Amino acid sequence: MKYLDEYRDPAAARRLVEAIRGLVTRPWNLMEVCGGQTHAIVRFGIDELLPEGVRLIHGPGCPVCVTPIELIDKAVAIAARPGVIFCSFGDMLRVPGSASDLFRVRSEGGDVRVVYSPLDAVRIAAENPGRQVVFFAVGFETTAPANALSVLEARRLGLANYSVLVSHVLVPPALEAVLGSPDRIVDGLLAAGHVCAVMGTEAYHPLAARHRVPIVVTAFEPLDLLQGIHMALRQLEEGRAEVENQYDRVVRPGGNPAARAVMDEVFRVADRAWRGIGVIPMSGLVLREAFAAFDAERVFEVEGVGGPESPHCRSGLVLQGLLKPQACPAFGTLCTPDNPLGATMVSGEGACAAYYRYRRHGLA
Amino acid sequence: MEFQLSCPAPLRHDTIQMAHGGGGRAMRDLLESVMLPAFSNPALEGRHDAAVVEAGGARLAFTTDTFVVQPRFFPGGDIGELAVYGTVNDLAMAGARPQWLSAGMVLEEGYPIEELRRVAASMRRAADACGVAIVTGDTKVVDRGRGDGIYINTAGLGAVPAGLDLGPASVRPGDAVLLSGDVGRHGIAVMSVRDGIAFRTPVESDCGPLHGLVAALLDGGVTPRCLRDATRGGLASVLNEIATDARVGIEAREEDIPVLPGVAGACEMLGLDPLYVACEGRMVAFVPEAEAARALDLLRSRPEGAGAVRIGTVTDAHPGAVLLRTALGTRRVLDLLSGEQLPRIC
Ligand code: SF4
Repeated sequence: MKYLDEYRDPAAARRLVEAIRGLVTRPWNLMEVCGGQTHAIVRFGIDELLPEGVRLIHGPGCPVCVTPIELIDKAVAIAARPGVIFCSFGDMLRVPGSASDLFRVRSEGGDVRVVYSPLDAVRIAAENPGRQVVFFAVGFETTAPANALSVLEARRLGLANYSVLVSHVLVPPALEAVLGSPDRIVDGLLAAGHVCAVMGTEAYHPLAARHRVPIVVTAFEPLDLLQGIHMALRQLEEGRAEVENQYDRVVRPGGNPAARAVMDEVFRVADRAWRGIGVIPMSGLVLREAFAAFDAERVFEVEGVGGPESPHCRSGLVLQGLLKPQACPAFGTLCTPDNPLGATMVSGEGACAAYYRYRRHGLA
Repeated sequence: MEFQLSCPAPLRHDTIQMAHGGGGRAMRDLLESVMLPAFSNPALEGRHDAAVVEAGGARLAFTTDTFVVQPRFFPGGDIGELAVYGTVNDLAMAGARPQWLSAGMVLEEGYPIEELRRVAASMRRAADACGVAIVTGDTKVVDRGRGDGIYINTAGLGAVPAGLDLGPASVRPGDAVLLSGDVGRHGIAVMSVRDGIAFRTPVESDCGPLHGLVAALLDGGVTPRCLRDATRGGLASVLNEIATDARVGIEAREEDIPVLPGVAGACEMLGLDPLYVACEGRMVAFVPEAEAARALDLLRSRPEGAGAVRIGTVTDAHPGAVLLRTALGTRRVLDLLSGEQLPRIC
């Protein structure tokens, strides 16, 4: 466990907590962008170690949570068609659409399969020429290159039975929306390390400058988070608003050019609806026209599906850091992981799920 | 198709879902809402892996389990071994010495007889290793496409020593919680072959018998309150079941729970928590505080218990809940899992 232990060492954590305490002179609100960071924070209780007044606010960074309900409904409709093999990463299966979810489709006879890589879905398509294989291409900039690669691979193999249902979202436009909001309460940002490993850090400089906000690219282990928090707070206390890189063991300023090139070849940027939040301009990826034949929405012509969100779900506010999950009236009563009203309660990275899992029985 | 908020539960669970077999909350709900009301009787109330019944003056532990693992052969074991050890372990957890097993097989048309031979040989080896005899059986064949090659059901009987009454009801605040070795291996080993994921460090299943560890404790004069083997749902589910059924709280230290580096790495990659990943050869023992040190020594005296550790303590605070103290000194809930644990996206 060497690799992990290094980033969970209690003595080093204590030193960082002391350093943070010695630094802070007034209250600050930091937003961690990524749902993986949210889970680590709640799981390790990092927020409890911070000085009074320093608040961590959970951001919109869970791709499962922000996939629009119509798209879940489309996935459900496609997966229920006879002859279709619907492939998805596991955590999409429980996400509620307006009337059903993929697990339910599977229990009703649909061929819904969990894969660990989009290339597995391509392989399934090659092995089942008589059936349509659809891959649910969800995720941030992190998963987009591999998903794009699967389309290129399907084209190379000449597969006419492979398509992708695309729901890719981009982080910087979402941060622009959060920081530009009139209700903004965020003083500093911990940007998502994995996203930056692909995309680099360049997109964050204009954001930091325009909104006068420190942005620290931060990884996911407890020590990473504490260090990222320390860096962001130091900037705030010193009146700086710069982009810093806590995750420099992985993240390069230019990101990963090969991955970016594959993404650019297959996808283009477009407006995109975020579940619970609404449309954010130029915040999503769609297939380029040259790859229309691989677009599941066109192959299956699933228009007109999609019902309303649960009127009780406040996940839009949760995703923007405006509401703590426990403050949602449905939390833990009408809404539980067994019977979720919103995606934030079921996703492995959802904030409501994190609080439900790790913070009950009198733990704040 | 309006979403009906007033009656949400039936909408999601009016048919059997995979989660109903996952060892988590959904399975518990199914037991409580369907099985227990239908079959209710005093022996079932004990809520144990094996029922303890009396016959002709003898106290017998009686249990059954069905094995549907895919793939049928995995690193460190196969479905035949699993079917024997699983039932032997359920008997052992009631404090019984396992003696007789039955084997019922459901075979799918087209299943290779050569493989059946391998599975049967492996069952025999496992039975010999545990000192049990497979004394009765049954075979059914189903149409091609209506089975998964082979399903095996085993039932088992064993005698319970006089005066021994293991079960959640005996657990007391202050008891020590011991674990016989590292967790999460079986689930990761099976996933590595089933889902075609190649991990840097190959992981072998911990699939193995536990009756020897139980005998070591009993023969060594330890009087455990309750024993459980961690299977589906992993260690976290065992701790939660005991906390709920015994109406006690449990506090464990996350750092003290052993996880092999290969298992930890695979879990990290897939976004799984090793504490929920299946084991097939791990026992959790609740013993009185005064006997904890001796019990640990006894467990460690056997190879299958060489990695035994103390992971926590039973408390009277927060009954029904399991809390973990993290490496950073903070506390968090270790909850019963809802549904299956699903690998994450990024
Ligand atoms: S607790 Fe449930 S209903 Fe409330 S915001 Fe979270 S997901 Fe929506």
